[in-house]
Amino acid sequence: MMQPQDFKSDQTVRFCPGCGDHAICMALQKAMAAIGVPPHQTVVISGIGCSSRMPHYLNTYGFNTIHGRGAAVATGVKTSHPELSVWQMTGDGDCLAIGGNHFIHSLRRNVDLNICLFNNRIYGLTKGQYSPTSPKGFVSKSSPFGTVERPFVPAELVMGARGTFFARTLDVDMPTTVACMQAAHAHHGASVIECLVNCVIFNNGTHSWIADREERAERTVLLEHGKPMIFGKEHNKGLVLDGWNLRVVTIGENGVTESDILIHDAATEDDTLHRKLALMQAPDFPIALGVIRNVESETYDQAVHAQLQEVQQKSTMHCFDDLVTACEQWEI
Amino acid sequence: MNTQPTDIVVRFSGDSGDGMQLTGTLFSNLSALSGNDISTFPDFPAEIRAPQGTLGGVSGFQVHIGENRVYTPGDKADVLVAMNPAALKVNVNNLKADSVVIVDTDSFTDKDLQKALFKTDNPFTELGLPDTLQIVPLALTTLTKESLKDFQMDNKSILRCKNMFALGLICWLFERSLEQAQHFLANKFRKKPALLEANTKVLTDGYNYGNNLHLNITTFRIGATNDLPHGRYTSIAGNKATAWGLIAAAEKAGKRLFLGSYPITPATDILHELAARKDMGVITVQAEDEIAGICTAIGASFAGDLAVTTTSGPGLSLKSEAIGLAVMAELPLVVIDVQRGGPSTGLPTKTEQTDLLQAIYGRNGESPAVVLAASTPDNCFYYAYMAAKIALEHTTPVILLSDTYLANGTSLWKLPRLADMPAVSPATVPDGWQGRYNPAVRDPETLVRYFAVPGMQGFGHRNMGLERDARSGTISTDPANHALMVETRARKVQNIARSLPLLQVYGDSTADTLFVGFGSTEGHLRAAVDTLLSQGKPCALAHFNYICPLPLNTAEVLRKYRRIIVCELNSGQFAAYLRSQIEGLHILQYNKLEAQPFLVTELVEAYCRYTASEAHATKA
Repeated sequence: MMQPQDFKSDQTVRFCPGCGDHAICMALQKAMAAIGVPPHQTVVISGIGCSSRMPHYLNTYGFNTIHGRGAAVATGVKTSHPELSVWQMTGDGDCLAIGGNHFIHSLRRNVDLNICLFNNRIYGLTKGQYSPTSPKGFVSKSSPFGTVERPFVPAELVMGARGTFFARTLDVDMPTTVACMQAAHAHHGASVIECLVNCVIFNNGTHSWIADREERAERTVLLEHGKPMIFGKEHNKGLVLDGWNLRVVTIGENGVTESDILIHDAATEDDTLHRKLALMQAPDFPIALGVIRNVESETYDQAVHAQLQEVQQKSTMHCFDDLVTACEQWEI
Repeated sequence: MNTQPTDIVVRFSGDSGDGMQLTGTLFSNLSALSGNDISTFPDFPAEIRAPQGTLGGVSGFQVHIGENRVYTPGDKADVLVAMNPAALKVNVNNLKADSVVIVDTDSFTDKDLQKALFKTDNPFTELGLPDTLQIVPLALTTLTKESLKDFQMDNKSILRCKNMFALGLICWLFERSLEQAQHFLANKFRKKPALLEANTKVLTDGYNYGNNLHLNITTFRIGATNDLPHGRYTSIAGNKATAWGLIAAAEKAGKRLFLGSYPITPATDILHELAARKDMGVITVQAEDEIAGICTAIGASFAGDLAVTTTSGPGLSLKSEAIGLAVMAELPLVVIDVQRGGPSTGLPTKTEQTDLLQAIYGRNGESPAVVLAASTPDNCFYYAYMAAKIALEHTTPVILLSDTYLANGTSLWKLPRLADMPAVSPATVPDGWQGRYNPAVRDPETLVRYFAVPGMQGFGHRNMGLERDARSGTISTDPANHALMVETRARKVQNIARSLPLLQVYGDSTADTLFVGFGSTEGHLRAAVDTLLSQGKPCALAHFNYICPLPLNTAEVLRKYRRIIVCELNSGQFAAYLRSQIEGLHILQYNKLEAQPFLVTELVEAYCRYTASEAHATKA
């Protein structure tokens, strides 16, 4: 049995005091211990940014690469060595701005990576510029009059890129974070966990609507496959479909019973409802947490190696000398 | 009339869709099979099918065959096959006074002449071609239609066989065996028996046409060469040779070969070749962009594979930051840059040596990488192999420079066995380092860092693009440590020179004048030296394949010569590099900026100019 301690490196964790990344780091160590793949068979790849310092704090094989390219480096590791458990640590800037292309293509290919996307809606390491997930109108050092840009919703990108796994969690909700990480590992293919994290220095309180312990039950819904979408302090609110749209109802009011509430099906190929759930916004809707989409499909790394094997079994050429022998040639 | 020269240059020229590349390839293979040495160079437009009959759409393929060694595809054509007026016009400067010019008269209508921007109806006079040319007018379209009249083929398919009539005639002209040509065709069309039959018929009719009409033109007989070492040969293009060099090195090293690449002219054929070699266990990832190409390779390298990325100039620019990562993380990586005309998109199908300084210096920070340059299509195999060997043994990125000329050109290649290739001993970790390993520990002698990969128990570590502490391997911003690491990385690369061959001089090593070149110009420079020596003009050549680090005796060799002429297909990048590396050299430059290979005659003229006066000369 492995312990979280087995996954801690000897480096002092240098996230700012109060940063949400501390919690994600601990959750990772817990999840990795529970998953049980030994540290030497686990690889953690990152790009650049606060979140990308994570590999230094994990006692696995780690590679802190260059800005935005983590997904591409991780694709190389996993494709060449599918036997390794490969994780990618990335942030909203690293992943969705400079690394957007690699992100969507690792999803399209369905490379078996576990991607932790730390979303604090700000560039922290460069000291406070708006990011691709900052809300329109957001005031930052590089948008002193408010941004005029429309933000990404990471889940939409994931599903638009035909991603097979999407989960969302919150830095202060350790059990959900650990559960999402374990589910991501169990899922074959590219798994994205959007970790909503607080940047205590440059964007403090960005997720306070749901981070508030008192109100969280009312403002979030934890989705679990096969279970009804019920939430609320009194466990009496739920989601139903009203035509094409989701609607919040209260069980016991207007004749609504528990059996009217939608049952979460994370495994369905059709992502229509997954998108609607992921797009739910405050204050009219609860924010969806947990595993929203979890669909099994052939992974890129498996397909690459299956094709290699198939060709090698059929071929009569196996080594360089065979190749030379088979080419058109003559004696001089 | 039959002549027996020692070498002949044939140029096939026509529309991009006329099959000139295939015709040229078949003829060069036939010649090689007859025992000639060969060198070929295709010259085609970037457009896949440019507008028919236009000057911009002309596609050429030049073959140089000889009974002695041939080092280049040749300057001017002894025989030109011009499939239309545009092909004739484009090649007007590639003809000798007595060249044989075979033209398809069916493609010389008024409309064709207009497309090629002729103003009169007599293209030969308009171009000012000499009377001494041996023009062979041939109604190629009519003859091909006649040849295939009993075949149930549509007009378009029939016209696509025209090139075989021309090839048949050329085979007669050079007394090439038709059987061998048919054998090559059988290979080419083995899955399309109807096309095979049609092409064979047209080829045979073309041959018989020459034979039966006793055309009053020169026929040529080029004897078999005695200059090549005995052995089994094939003809190989640079890109394919590069791919095979990597395959061989991976097998020798006991590593999987991993290619991360994005399609780019003229490098893409390496991706094609390796994607087809799954039988050898090669993994190819066609990445989403150039950066992902190199970054997937870096991931595979981190995980222990022989990792490679292939590209051309624009892609090398995009990969710069990631090459820096491989420098900093000290990972083995082979970067192959098949250079083309630049900057920007430039001239994608033309050849140039303009990425040299980008390869040596084009990264942020003090970022030393190894730079090699292949110099013949067939030695792309050897230098790709050496690039992989150096990368694996010294945990460093190695940039191998090739170019369009090498990539698409072919030369004879003596087939090697893997057992004959030098050993490859990838860096690893010595016994007993479990639990106390970190990625900064290195061999004190070579400065190569010990190399552990994921999956090895007791060697878990964190690698990075951040500066690391020289002892603990963890993040460091300490000033003295950074200075030490900058120096260590530089010395590690410089140390590689100890295991490289010394610079050799070709020609008359006692001469005053030394030609210097690097990469793909070797053939032209050798041929120029041979020509000058045969004219009693003393000179020598020092040609470089190892550029960074330079061979250890470089300064010693160069200082022996009073007059050094650095010849390159750029505005003087290698000359500038040599001046920066070796103090006190008096270097003259000969630069060509036309995105075309040198001509031997140009180099000979440059020598004469320089030896007459020391003035600086640049080709206009």
